[in-house]
Amino acid sequence: MGRLSPRAIYLGLAAPAGALVFALLVCALILSVTGHPPLEVAEAMVGSLERPRTAANSLNSATTYYLSAVAVAIGFKMRLFNIGVDGQYRLAAMLAAALAGTSFMDALPSFLRIAMTIAAAMLVGAVWAGIAGFLKVTRGVSEVISTIMLNAVATALVAFLLNPDRLAVTVAGSNNIGTPTISEGGRVPGFGYPGSSSDVFGLIVLAALVGVVYWFMLNRTRFGFDLKATGQSESAAVASGVNVKKMVLASMLLSGAAAGLVGMPQLLGASYSYALDFPAGIGFTGIAIALLGRNHPVGMAFAALLWGTLDQTSNVLDLSGVPKEIVIIMQGVIVLSVVIAYELMRRYRLRLEQRDVGRALGTAREEVHQ
Amino acid sequence: MFAQGACDISTESQSAFAVELRGITKRFPGVVANSDVNVGVRGGTVHALVGENGAGKSTLMKILYGMQRPDEGTILINGEPVELHSPADAIDAGIGMVHQHFMLADNLTVLENVVLGNEPRAGLGLDFSAARSKIRDISARYGLGVDPDRLVDELGVGERQRVEILKVLYRGARILILDEPTAVLVPQEVDELFGNLRELKAEGLTLLFISHKLDEVLSVADDITVMRRGTTVRSVAPGEVTARQLAELMVGSALPVPELRDSTVTDTPVLEVAGLTVQAPDGRTVLAEMSFTIHAGEVLGVAGVEGNGQAELVEALMGIRTPASGRISLLGKDITKLSTRRRRSAGVGYIPEDRHRQGVLLESTLWENRILGHQTSRPSVRGPLLDRAGARADTERIVEEYDVRTPGIDVVAGALSGGNQQKLIVGREMSGRPVLLIASHPTRGVDVGAQAAIWEQIRKARAEHLAVLLISADLDELIGMSDSLSVILRGRLVAEYDPGAVTPEQLGSAMTGAAGEVS
Repeated sequence: MGRLSPRAIYLGLAAPAGALVFALLVCALILSVTGHPPLEVAEAMVGSLERPRTAANSLNSATTYYLSAVAVAIGFKMRLFNIGVDGQYRLAAMLAAALAGTSFMDALPSFLRIAMTIAAAMLVGAVWAGIAGFLKVTRGVSEVISTIMLNAVATALVAFLLNPDRLAVTVAGSNNIGTPTISEGGRVPGFGYPGSSSDVFGLIVLAALVGVVYWFMLNRTRFGFDLKATGQSESAAVASGVNVKKMVLASMLLSGAAAGLVGMPQLLGASYSYALDFPAGIGFTGIAIALLGRNHPVGMAFAALLWGTLDQTSNVLDLSGVPKEIVIIMQGVIVLSVVIAYELMRRYRLRLEQRDVGRALGTAREEVHQ
Repeated sequence: MFAQGACDISTESQSAFAVELRGITKRFPGVVANSDVNVGVRGGTVHALVGENGAGKSTLMKILYGMQRPDEGTILINGEPVELHSPADAIDAGIGMVHQHFMLADNLTVLENVVLGNEPRAGLGLDFSAARSKIRDISARYGLGVDPDRLVDELGVGERQRVEILKVLYRGARILILDEPTAVLVPQEVDELFGNLRELKAEGLTLLFISHKLDEVLSVADDITVMRRGTTVRSVAPGEVTARQLAELMVGSALPVPELRDSTVTDTPVLEVAGLTVQAPDGRTVLAEMSFTIHAGEVLGVAGVEGNGQAELVEALMGIRTPASGRISLLGKDITKLSTRRRRSAGVGYIPEDRHRQGVLLESTLWENRILGHQTSRPSVRGPLLDRAGARADTERIVEEYDVRTPGIDVVAGALSGGNQQKLIVGREMSGRPVLLIASHPTRGVDVGAQAAIWEQIRKARAEHLAVLLISADLDELIGMSDSLSVILRGRLVAEYDPGAVTPEQLGSAMTGAAGEVS
């Protein structure tokens, strides 16, 4: 990353902004075709955001989405497609919840309990992703295939373990089952949001920290340099002395560890147990957000916020008789148009730079020439 | 500059230009393309277009072959203005292109290759017999000696080139563009090619010959047009100029010569290779029992036709490819088992043959590219952290010392021309004082000024006891820059020569296996 010139910033923002406008237009078109006035729908959604509860929930959704996006982005930077974040975080959350809910944990100080829970989740996520990494470096199995299959295995494994005979208990007053409830000392208190009944996840701090670590690793460390180099050109990385197999394994482990964190804000800040109704599918949302945020730590934060807000404000639509699915359509269109816009922008930017070089040489030529 | 009478459409006289390019201008972002190019090619002659790499020859030929549209200017064929939108238009206008890189399918016969895309149909089937006799006919008329029923796979480089020429003639071309046809040939094959070209000329064909090898141009061309920095600077007749004058026209200034001054060879072995054998994934032996030693202050040149094991040798030495057997030592220490990174840390610099594949990250900035390959050493890295300030400062130094033409070090490497990328790579690999430099085609694709600078840097480092393995296709560079010279053929070092006494012809013979004995 070079120094930021005004042009670089402008070009960086033009693509997502353009894609967003385009997606809005598409949605407006769909709404009007289906007989819903687009402006009223937009007004309803924006209006609902003024309710503190919706705003707080948007931040909470964004927190988990962001963690998921970072997990995906670590792989993306190496051109590795970790489609398995979903399975990794669910398995990690379930096992970490089971650990945090055991009674012997009650005796430990709160900080240690939380740290152990989070560490366990990272470990489980890393191991689960590591299987795919191991298969890739030893047997050449495509990580796309293996992580997708590991998602299915994780689903089955969670279903198997989440059984009253094994790790689960029935939740009082319902026929839901889940891991034992984590007692007070193992929870992470939230931040109150004025006027809202739900708190903002305390672990939003963790998400921010993960973002900083991710940025630091990519831009300031040798490891991050090797990672990016491998992603850009494997052959050049090999010639420069990068051990690609090691890098594949390391980045899968890191990606999995980050994936393990995805379920933590929800588990330690709201659910306090892993039950059948624990949110699923966040791993796939993370792919969309990583794409939208271009694997950039700040870009992904904005993308996660946008996504979370769209999700939460869509709840109001059912009340006004508009199908909520319009938001899913919008999210889909955003991702598609953003991917296209980035590619166009990448080419345009390269052309601009070549022109700059050409211009600089055109003027420099006279001086250089003896 | 040129005769204006060519506009008269009705004349078909010899004096009219077969091809005339007037005021051709083509703009590309960032690249010196063509500006106001004027060339007149007389019918029935060999017209050479000379210029350095990047002077705009290839762009001009792509315009003439319909692969690119000019922004300004007109093309006249036999006096008639034409619009060429695609190579198909060019072929219709009687223009054919013999590409530098052959476009032949190895597993098809000559006949099949020639008719490919232009198959003679007979009802539902193909009429090969008519095509076969037409090929025999053309081959005999122009003395090409091509057998239509041989498999292309079995043919040598020179024969393949004649197949390319035949392919173009078969499609009815009367004007042939030959894009650096001698680049892939050894000296003997070049002579044969020139014989063929003279035959073609005698039959009234017009040949446009692109080259930067001036001796060849002077021996074969009737007219010469010199290009420099995207425009035509002079048209000369071969009798009026010497090779040196021509070169100075091309460059616009005096020329560098590859030569070493006094010997700096010491008796300290730096690289010792013993019995190195490398096998391809399919089990074929691509490098067989190779042994050699390079001493401090010595440049070992390796000559050979591409694909005879040079790439495998380099990759085995760099630790990118694992040898089947053999031993590699650096300064007496066995490095056979070391990783690429450890070898680089031990002081091995590497200028790869294919810079886009192994040398640069095209999407990264110049200063990030300075770090590449030197991730363990100062000034770009300190421990596990990058030293951005250090890397940036050292990149500025390289840009300055190696005359990398760039507006700054924050542009991505992909925005630079190939020659400037190469200068950056050479500068990077020479920094950090390597003990051994493995250089594959270090001056390929760079302009004369940069070539001189790169040679000078290698000479300087050699005087300070750098050992160099130099692999090149440029025989003058090899002869001029090497302290000792070996020839690689089918994975073996087959001959050793004294660079002070050997001629390019002798090297050429050894490279093709025509002369096996050691001199």
